[in-house]
Amino acid sequence: MGETIKDSDKAALDEIVQKYNHDKGAAIMILQQVQASFGYVSEDMLDYISKLTKVPASDLYGIATFYAQFRLEPVGDNFIQVCHGTACHLAGAEQLSEAIQNEIGIKSEGTSEDGKFTLEHVACLGCCSHGPVITFNGETYAKMTPEKVKKLVRQAGKSCQCGNAEGSVKEGCEANV
Amino acid sequence: MSSTGRTIVNVGLASCGIAAGAQKVYEAFKTALDGFEVQLTFSGCMGMCYKEPLVEIRNPDGTRHIYGKVQPAQVAQIVEEHIQKGNPVLDWIVYGDGIKTPDSDYIERQQRIILKNCGVINPEEIDSYLEVEGYQALKKALQSMTPEQVIDEISRSGLRGRGGAGFPTGTKWSFARKSPGKEKYVICNADEGDPGAFMDRSVLESNPHGVLEGMLLAGYAMGAENGYIYIRAEYPLAIKRLKIAIDQATEKGYIGNNILGSGFNFNIMIREGAGAFVCGEETALIASVEGKRGMPRIRPPFPAQSGVWGKPSSINNVETFANVPWIILNGADSFNRFGTESSKGTKVFALAGGIARGGLIEVPMGITINEIVHDIGGGLASGGKLKAVQTGGPSGGCIPAAMGDTPVDYESLKKIGAIMGSGGLLIMDESVCMVDVAKFFLNFTKEESCGKCTFCRVGTYQLLNILERITRGEGRPGDIELLEEMGEKIRAGALCGLGQTVPNPVLTTIKYFRSEYEAHINDKICPAKKCKELITYLVKADVCKGCGRCSKECPTGAISGEKKQAFVIDQEKCARCGLCVSVCKFKSIQVITGKGEGVTSNG
Ligand SMILES: Cc1cc2nc3c(=O)[nH]c(=O)nc-3n(C[C@H](O)[C@H](O)[C@H](O)COP(=O)(O)O)c2cc1C
Ligand code: SF4
Ligand code: SF4
Ligand code: SF4
Ligand code: FES
Ligand code: FES
Repeated sequence: MGETIKDSDKAALDEIVQKYNHDKGAAIMILQQVQASFGYVSEDMLDYISKLTKVPASDLYGIATFYAQFRLEPVGDNFIQVCHGTACHLAGAEQLSEAIQNEIGIKSEGTSEDGKFTLEHVACLGCCSHGPVITFNGETYAKMTPEKVKKLVRQAGKSCQCGNAEGSVKEGCEANV
Repeated sequence: MSSTGRTIVNVGLASCGIAAGAQKVYEAFKTALDGFEVQLTFSGCMGMCYKEPLVEIRNPDGTRHIYGKVQPAQVAQIVEEHIQKGNPVLDWIVYGDGIKTPDSDYIERQQRIILKNCGVINPEEIDSYLEVEGYQALKKALQSMTPEQVIDEISRSGLRGRGGAGFPTGTKWSFARKSPGKEKYVICNADEGDPGAFMDRSVLESNPHGVLEGMLLAGYAMGAENGYIYIRAEYPLAIKRLKIAIDQATEKGYIGNNILGSGFNFNIMIREGAGAFVCGEETALIASVEGKRGMPRIRPPFPAQSGVWGKPSSINNVETFANVPWIILNGADSFNRFGTESSKGTKVFALAGGIARGGLIEVPMGITINEIVHDIGGGLASGGKLKAVQTGGPSGGCIPAAMGDTPVDYESLKKIGAIMGSGGLLIMDESVCMVDVAKFFLNFTKEESCGKCTFCRVGTYQLLNILERITRGEGRPGDIELLEEMGEKIRAGALCGLGQTVPNPVLTTIKYFRSEYEAHINDKICPAKKCKELITYLVKADVCKGCGRCSKECPTGAISGEKKQAFVIDQEKCARCGLCVSVCKFKSIQVITGKGEGVTSNG
């Protein structure tokens, strides 16, 4: 229970709980802050937070699974959200998702095997008149096409295949498109 | 804007503008205007999403011009011609004083009350709001009106809730006022869960103080000292601007203790949603504010009696609050001059989908669907024909083009099986498959059902299963009747508004587009050529130039051929993703539905 959490991470969790715990009904806010800091909330973290807050771990787990925002697994190096709201659906959101899935080699939502990309579907990003819309590492892209999204993915994945750090792509690297 | 004697450059930086590249345009102006006696500022939403990035130039004489689709490369010329030489670059102007443009109607047919300040003021500067009579309504109420008089004014205005159900706002406030107890809560519902709707986001990003002022007036009217804003986490910019606004208003004494020396205290807290559509429902929202799972509960007790922390609470939508300062300042009679007998005032709509001019509009209630789509929205983006308009999000209905004369007011829309909803208007042209649309909404509500009651949880799942079968070409006779029957049962048996409205998209599409269901079920065709299992992609051999582009892009390697000769699609391998259609520059790929001749010979 909570044993697999590093001490430095425990300190960070302590701080978050201290900051929010004075508020009545802070559980969701605490989990949001944890996710903002760590990128996800693991079951171990939930156990640890439960000890600090005295909120039963089962309640915390219930919250983490009820709300779409929470992830129990870490995300990949690049985080892509594709809007599947109505306007984006009509404008071809499904084709975008398929193009990304093909490109990163996954079947639906989730993280690619190499850990480079995570794909997530969201309900609506509020830019509906520019559909289809995606966010790529937090930045919003309007009027996306499968071609444009493939380019983004390839560019971001550039460093991977030849094992080089970003910005120093080897000549002749296959991913150097 | 009155004449200021100098030029102001105002860039629209709402989140959709930023997505279209407005931040870069802002930076370009910053560089280009260095050394000029020109004020550079930004605002939120100017409403013309279809022309973003948008830049407004307010001239020294008080007139204004709005440039559309501005790219950083154009900035130098705008500065030189317009600002230095005083010759506006007419070709790039989408709207301006004294100029008739093809887009003039978009702006001129609107009536702005709620959006009055949007795209005008700087949402991150309270002074900018104060210059346009900001917090004057609060001042007026605290200094010259009793709480009862505030409620009375709102009641007489005829304002009804803009979050969907259209409940009279004054009545709601008076319930909360009459509830016993000293601790009461005002809640702003900024969850905006309807996909395809972005009115609330735009208002919050563009005029956050307007919403805060509405909440303060509500607090004064019902005797509450605390307010929550429940806002979805997918709106980070709106959250940021709200936080800035709350800080600035607190600093100036509009929020906090003893506001403007009146003895009235009010504090506002932000609660971020975590991605659950059902949390827009009042009792679920309350549970979520309390830090729990957002499960709806049976009413009564109503929130007005027992809401957050068991205390009387009153929940209103963002746009509802945004109306309030205007009504208090200008009077109920000025407000209800607009609109119809039963639906007073104006309504903000988010136009999206297949419309030529998509964006945010505010129109008097009672305007017809056709006027919105054709006169304001400029018709269909594709140039094609209107097929349907979807109102009210996942719980709404599809209005067929033939009923375009329907006036937009609460009762008229209800009569034809649709609802006003929160204001998302999705415009669909002939390329949209109505069975697919119904399936899309069911898929959404299936994911979002909280699962508490069986009718909603299981019923939604079954409706979706049937729709999936139909779109796969496995529909059976009797399916339509089955959908209708189950729809009625779910509507009657569900506990909360989500389940009660789940069947609406199915029932309205059956009602108005029955033949499309029949085509899928009986003839195994998808007339709009959308449903994957019922379509085939074919290369038109006589048109294909043999460039090979499609074959390079096809994710399944289904296309092959020799350069300069017609390519061929292997039907076994084709995943029907449609990518080849969008990459072929020569329009050589055709889509057919049903067992058309060419399939076997080409496949
Ligand atoms: C499933 C469901 C989702 C809802 N989502 C929202 C929403 O996102 N925003 C909103 O203002 N109202 C939403 N509502 C309606 C609210 O429950 C409530 O009626 C409204 O916020 C009241 O404010 P008003 O009287 O100002 O319209 C939703 C209702 C249901 C049943
Ligand atoms: S109708 Fe659906 S969303 Fe509402 S309480 Fe029942 S299961 Fe939950
Ligand atoms: S529809 Fe998709 S899978 Fe089929 S041939 Fe075209 S690109 Fe390939
Ligand atoms: S992209 Fe079009 S023209 Fe080129 S080979 Fe494919 S079908 Fe033929
Ligand atoms: S539907 Fe995609 S941004 Fe709204
Ligand atoms: S201009 Fe895009 S939301 Fe207003």
